[in-house]
Amino acid sequence: MTVETPARFSPLSGWQDRFAQLPTGLRVRELPFLTQLTLRVEPGSAAAKAVEDCLGIILPGPLRAGSPGDVEVLWTGPDEWLLVAPDGRQDDLLARLRSAIGDDFATVTDVSAQRTTLALSGPLVRTVLAQGCALDLDPRVTPAGSCLTTLLAQAPVTLVVREEEPSGVRLLVRSSFASYLATWLLDACTEYRSDTGGRGWDGR
Amino acid sequence: MNTPFRAPGHGRVDRDTTLSFTFDGTAYTGHPGDTLASALLANGVHHVADSIRYGRPRGVLAAGAEEPNALVQIEAPFPEPMLTATTVELYDGLVARGLSGRGRLSGEPDTARYDTMHAHCDLLVVGAGPAGLATTLAAARAGVRVILVDELPQPGGSLLGSQERIDGAPATRWVGTVLAELDDCADVRVLQRTTAFGHYDDGLVLALEKRTDHLGAAAPAHVSRQRIWRIRAQQVVYATGAHERPVAFDNNDRPGIMLAGSARTYLNRFGVLPGRQAVVFTTNDSAYPAALELAGAGTRIAAVIDAREEVPEHWRTACAERGIGIRAGHVVTGTSGIERVTRAHVAPFRQGRLGGRQGIGCDLLLVSGGWNPAVALFSQARGTLRYDGGIGAFVPAHAPDGVRTAGSAGGAFTLSGALADGVDAARQALSALGRTGGTIAVPTTAPLPDGAPTRVLWRVPSPQDGHDGQDGSKQFVDLQRDATVSDVLRATGAGLRSVEHVKRYTTIGTAHDQGRTSGVMASGIVAESLGVDVADLGPTRFRPPAVPVAFAALAGRNRGELFDPVRVTALHPWHVEHGALFEDVGQWKRPWYYPRAGETTDEAVLRECRAARTGVAMMDGSTLGKINVRGPDAGILLDRLYTNLMSTLKVGRIRYGVMCGVDGMVIDDGTVIRVAEEEFLLTTTTGNAAGILEWMEEWLQTEWPGLRVHLTSVTEHWVTIPLVGPRSRDVLALAAPGLDVGNDAFPFMSWQDTTVAGVPARVCRISFSGELAYEINVPAWYGITVWKALHTAGSAFGITPYGTETMHVLRAEKAYPIVGQDTDGTVTPQDLGMSWAVSKKKPDFVGKRSFTRAENRREDRKQLVALLPADEQVLLPEGAQIIATSSIPEPPVPMLGHVTSSYRSDALRRTFALALVRSGTRRIGETLYVPLDGRTVPVTVTDPVLFDKEGTRRDG
Repeated sequence: MTVETPARFSPLSGWQDRFAQLPTGLRVRELPFLTQLTLRVEPGSAAAKAVEDCLGIILPGPLRAGSPGDVEVLWTGPDEWLLVAPDGRQDDLLARLRSAIGDDFATVTDVSAQRTTLALSGPLVRTVLAQGCALDLDPRVTPAGSCLTTLLAQAPVTLVVREEEPSGVRLLVRSSFASYLATWLLDACTEYRSDTGGRGWDGR
Repeated sequence: MNTPFRAPGHGRVDRDTTLSFTFDGTAYTGHPGDTLASALLANGVHHVADSIRYGRPRGVLAAGAEEPNALVQIEAPFPEPMLTATTVELYDGLVARGLSGRGRLSGEPDTARYDTMHAHCDLLVVGAGPAGLATTLAAARAGVRVILVDELPQPGGSLLGSQERIDGAPATRWVGTVLAELDDCADVRVLQRTTAFGHYDDGLVLALEKRTDHLGAAAPAHVSRQRIWRIRAQQVVYATGAHERPVAFDNNDRPGIMLAGSARTYLNRFGVLPGRQAVVFTTNDSAYPAALELAGAGTRIAAVIDAREEVPEHWRTACAERGIGIRAGHVVTGTSGIERVTRAHVAPFRQGRLGGRQGIGCDLLLVSGGWNPAVALFSQARGTLRYDGGIGAFVPAHAPDGVRTAGSAGGAFTLSGALADGVDAARQALSALGRTGGTIAVPTTAPLPDGAPTRVLWRVPSPQDGHDGQDGSKQFVDLQRDATVSDVLRATGAGLRSVEHVKRYTTIGTAHDQGRTSGVMASGIVAESLGVDVADLGPTRFRPPAVPVAFAALAGRNRGELFDPVRVTALHPWHVEHGALFEDVGQWKRPWYYPRAGETTDEAVLRECRAARTGVAMMDGSTLGKINVRGPDAGILLDRLYTNLMSTLKVGRIRYGVMCGVDGMVIDDGTVIRVAEEEFLLTTTTGNAAGILEWMEEWLQTEWPGLRVHLTSVTEHWVTIPLVGPRSRDVLALAAPGLDVGNDAFPFMSWQDTTVAGVPARVCRISFSGELAYEINVPAWYGITVWKALHTAGSAFGITPYGTETMHVLRAEKAYPIVGQDTDGTVTPQDLGMSWAVSKKKPDFVGKRSFTRAENRREDRKQLVALLPADEQVLLPEGAQIIATSSIPEPPVPMLGHVTSSYRSDALRRTFALALVRSGTRRIGETLYVPLDGRTVPVTVTDPVLFDKEGTRRDG
């Protein structure tokens, strides 16, 4: 009897076709199955230092994300970070971090399936997000490396402006809100659909 | 085309294109650039509608958003009520009719798109008139982010309606130059057809953009018709201009009576002559350019009636050159005409007394009572106002941080003054932003000769005034509300002293136009009536929205499937595929039940219940809130928040727990499993997941910050599948071959980490039905795989998926309460019969002290009991009241309690209910009554646990 790997499904696994129909100015794809760990630790504590040494990073400050290696660290609260790593890294990272923390006080919790990640890119990203995000996404105000936990339309999201992709934004959304958010994004693009010229309407 | 009142050589409409429209059933034509009002006037139509109370014919008073009269209903292409003809851009195929104050909502769904856009800027400028353009240009040159919003289709504001010159050329040329420069600035956004309607805290300004209304049926469907802009601005400059106000005199409401400045706008912007023969009645200089420009375009000005004794020499000269006679120290006392004004009654007015009257024939009576700065938004922003007796209007006094006015909104009524003020406003805003540069030279304008001050005149005495008082019954203040000077005097006569009270008594200022032409006049008349200074009365308060905004626009895209987020679990596609009907639980869609072909709701639920009690059934429990509690002090925190002891729980075991508020009332319940020495995982009710996390964090962060424990929500990391029924053990054994499912190895209220269907899983022996049951938790990605594997493994046992309805029945048969359904925030654990879940050992926990309150110890509190209707088929409605007698006594009827849950039970083969009943425990065995459909249903009070009281079924 062969042992099959059990099948797993990300919250937006059925949405590729619809994402493919988005206007050329906006590319959306789901980054499924990323490793996500919630880290709670007092900034500046011995435990925080241990985590930083273990990951080879400095825990980013408020509203910032840092990604020196393959572990991206998102600030999500005064003593809370989300560690994001490629698929399948949770066991290894949990073990390494807990070992590094030792008897100091910090907690790391696997929440990998709690959220899914959408990668947005293209010249329309900010215009589309501005339909539902009250924060100022102008690059001068919200430069690469910004990490904002906010509402997009009516869905709570963590929004990360990426360094390596111009106009690249990552949206981390709770799995249960993912299809709502995807529906909203598609609808927000109605005005820019390729079959309507692909550009916003200037009304003149 | 035959539009008899179009003035050759005037206006900015596109005469090469003709638009057809229908008004009140008659076909007319107009041109691009027209409003519905200008097109009607071009066709000689003044009478738009009859007034709401008195049915008096009414015309077009103004040329913009201040219009009180000319309300219309659009019938085609899409019905829309209550628009002002002066702000509806004309388009081909427009069908409209006049409205007497009340419109008609469409019976058809509005299929147009509406949306919202957030925007941010250093400086928001509201109004693209001379002041606003000067501000915007100066700020743009400083390189700051600017948004300019303007309600008209094109920039220019008042310049579009005048013949003024800037830098030696027509002012509109300057407008074009400015706009071209702004277009080249990447950080400047100009929004035309956009009206700011609300100023909120921290520089948030809401504006409505009408994007495609002006295209009528040609509007593209994929573009939003209207858009709400949510603009967050560091600095705001309100260059909102000023509104001309009329004067109250007898019969001042007839069609053909128009504000003088508006007539000027109709001529210069639209190329329309509002009449052939005009009388001009003014209290200030501003009506003279109107009279002269109209005369130059062909209207005969029969007379200028100036309430002032002194008229500046240059106006006298200019009028004389046109052959226009001026009657200084005169007023208009009344008018004649029915459908249209035919005659103005003119009389000398000196020392407060009217002289002999004389009639002057006219088809147009222009009125100017002075100008009110448009301060609604400035005032909304908490800018204070002061009364300026020189102009008879309220002007900005103290501006809050980050907000200022420019131009005539601040009382700078001349063009040169407005331009200079606009530049100055930019300088101040830039300074507040810490920016330098951005000064521009103030554009040059022709020097103005000295004017004469405005004579502040609210009301001309009526010739009908007598010894017994003033007769203002035909002197209209608020034309839309049909409210007169008499109404104001009745209000002050009734003892009202506040303009706010007078506003509500008379309804003046409460219509769509927010009293732009009537508010200050009403304050003035109240002041005169009370013999006080207008300055002491103040204006009425300005509130958003400053202009009418459709609910459709405010709703934006939050309609249909986007109305509210629909939250779904990872198993949702399976539920849909298998025909589940869904119940809304908060934002979640949860399977309600899974009907088979031809089954009724009752039949389906009874079948699902039977499967759970006699075979095996499964449900999606993923929505349960889950909170990971980790740290050396985790047990201490839980001991303080749950009523029972959690720190003694052994690793590998599970305990049920109740949480109370500080008042000792139940706020949530759930299970707590001890994952490790320093780690617990607790569940909350579905609807309370976020609330309980916040509740726990609040205690932790504000009261016990020293505890070394962290909370992490993991609700959506897990898919949770309850597997329920006597055969559940068999199914689990098949799906988890490595797990010893025997009762000794895996006892009730314990958990094990294992592999289910090849997936690492945490299996808990928890039962919310009284049956042998397991809860299988796997990372959500694997949920579907594990669910299907369990479903396959259970097929030999007839495994049945069930929904929330069956879950409710099963738990109610066991008297497991649902917090929020069987409780309402006034119910203690003791009321629920759960004294066993309240620790007697713990020194303290949230809610403990309240349990000793006398009120909490009363024996006649409402307690949870079950009710069995005498008729086993009668299903009591949830919420039904319970009384003591078989006949309903005279009110007030003493209520003993109410039904909280009510179901048909397959296991009991009858209906039953849970209820909160006063002294319920003591009443067990009694018969009580539930009024239902005009009769009363006898019910027997019983112990709440109706099924398997001994608990023999939980181990299978």
